[in-house]
Amino acid sequence: MPDKQTLQAILASLFPDGHAVSVADGLVTGHGPLGETRATVIGIDDDTPLGVEGALALAGHVLDAIRTGDGTPILVLVDSDSQRMSRRDELLGLHECLAHLAKTLLLADRSGHPTLGLIYGHSAAGAFIATALATRVLVAVPGANPSVMDLPSVARVTKLPLETLQEMARTTPVFAPGLDNMVATGAVHAVLDPDMPLAGQVRDLLARLPKGDERDRLGRERGGRPVADGIAGRVVEQARGAGAR
Amino acid sequence: MTTVSEPDALSWYEATARQRVAAFLDAGSFEEFVGPSERAMSPHLTLFDLPRAFDDGIVVGRGRLDGRPVSIAAQEGRFMGGAFGEVHGAKLVGLLRAALDAKPAAVLILFDTGGVRLQEANAGETAIAETMRAIVDVRGAGVPVIGLIGGRAGAFGGGGLIAATCSRLAVSEGGRISVSGPEVIETNKGAEEFDSRDRALVWRTMGGKHRRLIGGADAYAEDTVSAFRRAALALIDAAPPFDLATLEAEQERLERRVARFGDCRDATEIWARLGVNDPDAVPAMTTDTFDETVARIPEASHDAR
Repeated sequence: MPDKQTLQAILASLFPDGHAVSVADGLVTGHGPLGETRATVIGIDDDTPLGVEGALALAGHVLDAIRTGDGTPILVLVDSDSQRMSRRDELLGLHECLAHLAKTLLLADRSGHPTLGLIYGHSAAGAFIATALATRVLVAVPGANPSVMDLPSVARVTKLPLETLQEMARTTPVFAPGLDNMVATGAVHAVLDPDMPLAGQVRDLLARLPKGDERDRLGRERGGRPVADGIAGRVVEQARGAGAR
Repeated sequence: MTTVSEPDALSWYEATARQRVAAFLDAGSFEEFVGPSERAMSPHLTLFDLPRAFDDGIVVGRGRLDGRPVSIAAQEGRFMGGAFGEVHGAKLVGLLRAALDAKPAAVLILFDTGGVRLQEANAGETAIAETMRAIVDVRGAGVPVIGLIGGRAGAFGGGGLIAATCSRLAVSEGGRISVSGPEVIETNKGAEEFDSRDRALVWRTMGGKHRRLIGGADAYAEDTVSAFRRAALALIDAAPPFDLATLEAEQERLERRVARFGDCRDATEIWARLGVNDPDAVPAMTTDTFDETVARIPEASHDAR
C-alpha cells in the first residue's frame, strides 16, 4: 500500500496559492481559495478519534458556512480513528453529536453548498459515517485506509480464525477493510491521481456532482454490493404499484 | 405466524418484528414490500456458514395508523442482532426513497439493531450512510420520520446515528441508544472504563430513561405495543422541520449539554443537576411518576433534532 499523505501535502495540492486552514487537537478548520470561490474546510487529522466536543466543533463550522448563504463548497478532509470510545461520550449522547454533524453536512448540501469528502488516511465506524460518508461525493487519495472494523476485531466477533478471514478478504470485498473495498461498495466514488494537482481534480468533481445518491448503483456496477441497488429499486417499485389502501 | 390481537398485552421487547407491525398498525392494513416469499436473502452470509433469513431481518411496507397512511420498517433483533447487511439496509433505503413520492403521514422505523453486520461490514456501513441521507430527504419533503426504540437489540452503532437523524423518538425503559455498545467499549478500553456486565450501569448510561431525561428521546413509552402506538401518534403531529433553525437549535442544545454535564461521571449526577429530586429513585420509577418527573425538566422536551 502507498504511504499515507500528510494533511500539509493535501492542503498544498488543494490550495497552491495558500490557505487559512489550521489544526487544533486533531480537528481541521478553515478555508481556502478554490477557483473563483472560497471553500470551507473541516476535517480530522492524525488518526484522531471523534468525540462529543470534536463533532460539535466541526458541526458549528458547517452551520457558519450555511448561514453565509453563498453556496460555497465544503471540503471534508479525513484521517480519523473511529468514534471516541468512552463511557463519558456515551453518557453525553455521542450518537446525537455524530448524527448532528452528519445532518449539518446533509443540510449544507440541500442548501446549495456542494459537499466533497476526501479521505487521505484512516477512518472507521461512527466517525466515518458522521464525516466523509455524509458528503455528496467522497473521494480518496492512494494510501487512504477506510474501514468499518479491523480484521482482528471481526475475527473476535465472528469467531473465525484470523487466517481464514485474511484469505476470504482477498476475494470478498464486502467485509474486508481497505480503500479498494470501499470503492467497490460505491461508498468512495473515485480515487484521485496523486501525481496531479488536487485543486483541478476537485474543481472538476464539484462541477459535475452526482444528482442523487448513486452509491448503490456504483456498488452494483463495481460488484462490491451486488444486490442493494436492485432491492431498493424493487421496494420503490412495489410501493408505487397498485393496491395502495 | 402468531396472531396478535391484544396490543395492550403484547410486550414490545418480547415481540418479533412482524408481531410489532401487525399489532401496531390498524388491523389488517399492513402490506409488505419485498416480503419473505420473494426470498431476498443475504448473498454473503453463506460464505461464513451462517443461516440466512427470507426477509434478511427487516420488514418494510405500508399500512394505516389511526386511519392515516404510513410507511413502516421493523428490524428483527433475533436475526443477526438486527444488524445492517446489504439487503437489510437496501430495504430500508428503498422504503425511505419511496416515501418521497408517496408522501405518507409519517415513516415509522421500529429499531432493533446492534449496528453494522460485520460479515457484510462495508455494505452495512454504506447503507447506514444512504439511510441517513434518505431520512433527511424525507424530512425535507415535510414527512416526519419517527423512531421507536424498545427492542432487545436496542439501537447501537450506526443504528444510534440513524435514530438521532429521525424527527422524533419514542423509547421504553428497555430501549438503549448509543454508538459504542458496552461490549465494544470494554473490548477496546477495558472493563475499568466500562464493565459491560454491570446491567444497571448500561441502563443508566444508554437506557430509555436517561435518554428521555436529557432530551435524547421525545417520549417515554411503557413496554407494550399500544403504548408505542399512542406515543407515535402524538409525535407525528409535533415533528420539527429539517432546516437551519432546527439544526442551530440542536447545536445549542448539545453544546449546552456538554458544557453542563461534561464533568459528570455517572448519569445520576446528570439527573441531579437537571433537577431530579431523588436521582437514585429514577431506575425504579413507574411510568406515571417518571412522566411527572420528566414534565418538570425543561431540557427533556424540545424541537431541536
